Amino acid sequence: MNDMTTYDVEKIRRDFPIFSREVHGKPLAFMDSGASAQKPQVVIDTMEKAYLETYANVHRGVHYLSQVSTELYEGAREIVSAHLNAASIEEVIFTKNATESINLVAYSYGWANLKPGDEILLSTLEHHSNIVPWQLIAEKTGAVVKAVPIDEHGEFMLDAYYGMLGPKTKIVAVTHISNAIGTITPVREIIDAAHDAGAVVLIDGSQAAPHMKIDVQSLGADFYVFTGHKVFGPTGIGVLYGKAELLDKMPPFLAGGDMIERVTFEKTTFAKGHAKFEAGTPPIVQAIGLGAAIDYVNNIGFDRIGAHEQMLLAYATEQLKQINSLRIIGQAKHKAAIISFTLDGVHPHDIGTIVDRGGVAIRVGHHCAQPLMDHFDVAATARASFALYNNRADVDALVAAVRSVQEIFG
Amino acid sequence: MMDDLRELYQEVILDHSKRPRNFRHPADANHEAHGYNPLCGDTVNVYLKMGHNGLIEDAAFEGKGCAISLASASMMTEIIKGKTESEAREIFDGFQKLVKGEENEFDAGEDTERLMMLAGVKEFPMRVKCATLAWHAMSSAMDDKPEISTE
Repeated sequence: MNDMTTYDVEKIRRDFPIFSREVHGKPLAFMDSGASAQKPQVVIDTMEKAYLETYANVHRGVHYLSQVSTELYEGAREIVSAHLNAASIEEVIFTKNATESINLVAYSYGWANLKPGDEILLSTLEHHSNIVPWQLIAEKTGAVVKAVPIDEHGEFMLDAYYGMLGPKTKIVAVTHISNAIGTITPVREIIDAAHDAGAVVLIDGSQAAPHMKIDVQSLGADFYVFTGHKVFGPTGIGVLYGKAELLDKMPPFLAGGDMIERVTFEKTTFAKGHAKFEAGTPPIVQAIGLGAAIDYVNNIGFDRIGAHEQMLLAYATEQLKQINSLRIIGQAKHKAAIISFTLDGVHPHDIGTIVDRGGVAIRVGHHCAQPLMDHFDVAATARASFALYNNRADVDALVAAVRSVQEIFG
Repeated sequence: MMDDLRELYQEVILDHSKRPRNFRHPADANHEAHGYNPLCGDTVNVYLKMGHNGLIEDAAFEGKGCAISLASASMMTEIIKGKTESEAREIFDGFQKLVKGEENEFDAGEDTERLMMLAGVKEFPMRVKCATLAWHAMSSAMDDKPEISTE
């Protein structure tokens, strides 16, 4: 691992044009990357260039621009495939976002394979997007959704999970990192045990992708999903990795152009590989932008990003703990740089409004994780989520802003 | 501290949010509605006892929410008690315009000054729904529509 002194966060901040602006007359202290991350200049430039110089539809024409555009789009798939260490580029499907990726698996794999009484195991940590699609498929198939509990620190309870796994378990869908409280789940143990029980596993990597290197083969995940905009790419692009042997047997999710082999009014045969799941004109420039974003983070290196973020997490945790009446929600042993907290007697929305006037951008609310909020018996929390461009000054701004909340509320 | 924050979180507002008035469920309430803001998960139940000629004989609420929504609900129950249904609706109409910044000459008679305390919300468009949640629930309670959502 590189020495921390080589992590020049100020240089990295200069890669992100947004940090040159102020909010309410204060320097922007942006700690809402868990909702969506800011974009480096290289992603903006790459997308602009694609529109200005090489834009055309993909996979359709024989003309020059169509060919260049197709090469760039498929080049982005190669970047994502290499980044995830997929066995083949055929295993990488571009979607709109992580939510669509999960819905694709639920509606295609789930609908085709689930039978009445089968079980889908989720966890209390899940984002609504990894709960609701499964509930809808359970309604259609007669399968049952169950949630693996977490303990008082917000840790995924492996023992309980092992006890819940059984011959009825067909799908396990668990987050890699909790968006609301930062818990890193023991995905390898989760996947191994699920496979022993004969179930397939979907990992929601939306929060993991910006913070750590992901190796789908080493993890053994059957499906792995993430979204582009949280990993410094544009909105409108998401990724579904799926093992080829599963994808080959799955029916299409969305139907239309580009996913067919041959269409007649009597019968249509479908394309093979990722093409079967990419109906219609795909998000071409968004995919190219995602490729640039992944190159960008890999150039910095996840070892160094991870070390920097863990330093920020430790610093922010220590500083926030000094504040009377502040309670940190979720204190798992292995956490990503996400801190959820509440202040006694102050609703998180009031916290959010007041710190915003100090230029501090954090998320307040239930974080689309209401079962998790129920577990901690809170309606909402304030959440600071850090990324590779945050510095200690951001933490200091957050702490000062939270103290100003206390001043106002007395 | 920024002036608009002081304007929003005035002493009176903080006092109502910490010690909400009429925070109870009257046994003789004959109209009620549940308000829910799915954005933040805030909830409010508004209870009304309506007598002859649409007179609001009692108004109360229970719920969970931010300082703005609790204070607004608390002040609302004080204001509408003793008013008629049509008077209460008229005040709500004016109040909604006030917090949305659409009304510069807000006049709610004797209640003008009190409601002006919440006028600071207009500088915070994301918080308008917090200020109006209980009022929408009041309106639904009078309509006998027991559930409302701000979305």
